[in-house]
Amino acid sequence: MPHNIIELRDLAKTYYMGETRVDALRGVSYAIEGGDFLAIMGPSGSGKSTLMNILGCLDRPSSGQYLLDGEEVSKLDKNRLARIRNQKIGFVFQSYNLLARTSALENVELPLLYSSVNGNDTTERAMRALAAVGLAERSHHKTNQLSGGEQQRVAIARALLNDPALILADEPTGNLDSRTSSDIMNIFKTLNEEKKITMIMVTHESDIAAWARKRIYLLDGLIVREERD
Amino acid sequence: MLKRSLMHGARTFRVALRALGRNKMRSFLTALGIIIGVGAVIAMVSIGEGAKRGIEDRFAAMGTNLLFVSPGSRNVRGVHSGWGSFQTLTADDAAAVAELPAVMYTSPSVSTRAQVVYGNKNWSTSIQGTGARYPEVRSWEIEIGSYFDDNQVRTAAKVCVLGADVKTNLFEDEDPVGKVIRIKKIPFKILGTLKRRGESAGFGSRDDMIAIPYTTSMRRLQGIDYISSIDVRAASAAQMPEAQQQIEDLLRVRHRIAPGAEDDFQVRNMSDIAETAAESTKIMTILLGSIASISLLVGGIGIMNIMLVSVTERIREIGIRMAVGARERDILLQFLTEAIVLSLIGGLIGIGFGIGSSKLLKKIEMFASINTVVSVESVMLAFFFAAAIGIFFGFYPARKASRLDPIEALRYE
Repeated sequence: MPHNIIELRDLAKTYYMGETRVDALRGVSYAIEGGDFLAIMGPSGSGKSTLMNILGCLDRPSSGQYLLDGEEVSKLDKNRLARIRNQKIGFVFQSYNLLARTSALENVELPLLYSSVNGNDTTERAMRALAAVGLAERSHHKTNQLSGGEQQRVAIARALLNDPALILADEPTGNLDSRTSSDIMNIFKTLNEEKKITMIMVTHESDIAAWARKRIYLLDGLIVREERD
Repeated sequence: MLKRSLMHGARTFRVALRALGRNKMRSFLTALGIIIGVGAVIAMVSIGEGAKRGIEDRFAAMGTNLLFVSPGSRNVRGVHSGWGSFQTLTADDAAAVAELPAVMYTSPSVSTRAQVVYGNKNWSTSIQGTGARYPEVRSWEIEIGSYFDDNQVRTAAKVCVLGADVKTNLFEDEDPVGKVIRIKKIPFKILGTLKRRGESAGFGSRDDMIAIPYTTSMRRLQGIDYISSIDVRAASAAQMPEAQQQIEDLLRVRHRIAPGAEDDFQVRNMSDIAETAAESTKIMTILLGSIASISLLVGGIGIMNIMLVSVTERIREIGIRMAVGARERDILLQFLTEAIVLSLIGGLIGIGFGIGSSKLLKKIEMFASINTVVSVESVMLAFFFAAAIGIFFGFYPARKASRLDPIEALRYE
């Protein structure tokens, strides 16, 4: 019986751009089971990014509840949120977000710099994560010496480093060609099926969304439709 | 726990070094501000210390068992006149002081200025009338010839001994001993010359003078019957207070000063004078040091400037670090460490630069009279000041970095 890794209860987010009030999320309730593979779709301005930021503990909701792994995280302070990002969440971004002029290995090691774990086996762990995405032999290449697909694989290795419960991918294939895109999606699929890591992915490409087992559609800050395989 | 925080510190330090290494030229130029600042502080303070050491050495050479008796202020029906305004000291006072048990030598002294002529050369200089024991009292050394003796003092002989400057100005390389010069048109036979003693602190050359018997000066040059001071060398440094007391008691009796009335003379000792001189060089050191520390302050502003630029350039990096779990404190520490590393590296190079330039200063002909002494205290002070500047000026940019919103930072182009 898989438990819910994420439970959202009536989640709302309001912010102000100058004088204008923007209701980015207007009461989202949804549960994601551990080991699920979910795609979030919707037009721009539908609230996908806001939802991703809240799911990723980069932002806090204005109201409602967010239970991550059974823990209410919507009211936590910045330091506790940073700790949760470090320990439970792996991020994969559209533009890779690797440190420039830094080796693949050092990029992958980055989360360990902010973990309280003992640092003796950092290199070993980073190498294992790089091997998991098939980049072990390129560990000493600098970011700018790697192709787009390779950079994204380094980013995935970095996301894997602290054995997260959850990987959040924001348009992970947005900057890649279709062949490289399916390589990346294959890695996600493997991680999801073999390591039982929960995958949540924002995309606007339906063929990429098709890799997921569930798809939800957002419009004007609300979930309007859910599809399951 | 300690091991972990040490390891964390080492990691933060390594990250900072790597970040600074990515912009070597910029890091160097930023550190240069601190290098110059620390170097300037050390060099300037070393000049002050050198001057202080020079004065101390000079006083030590003269001996600390020197006392000076000078005429004092006199109270005439409630009206005070200034020090030295009364001519109360006489040659007999000096002779009486010389007999005291705690006194080794004394010499009366008078002084005036006069034009001195030798052949077609002339020179205006200070004429110091002294006793025969004056070289012993003041630690003067004779270069060639001899000083005048008691007999010549008693008879007010027309003899003189030249200071090094006067010798050079009137005789150049010629041997002056036995020659005759005219002081106020009176012929004086030269007995010898004094060794060069160098500049005194702020009072001009101490070699621009001629010594003659005080009796000669009083009777033949000045026409006075009082002396301007008595220089006394006590039997030993330990007997200084004793000597001072004996002199005061003796002079009160000789000058018939009623018990309770004020002295009409004053006795000062060398260590008081040395202390005053040391005090004035200390003020000079502080002044030089504070002017130099302004450049250190400017270097600190340079660090702040570059760190602000660096934070703006690395907003994206800060966002990434926050996304993978960096707390505000981690980001703050990282940028603060970079600023401190910059200022410490600058401080270390600056110490070398400061010590080097103060050594170099001694070697340059033009500054030959400047002595420099690099003290451990000034090096430590400059180094810790540099570190403090790194912390102070690094804090604002580091705080700015740590307060960034991770979402905005990740989106920043």
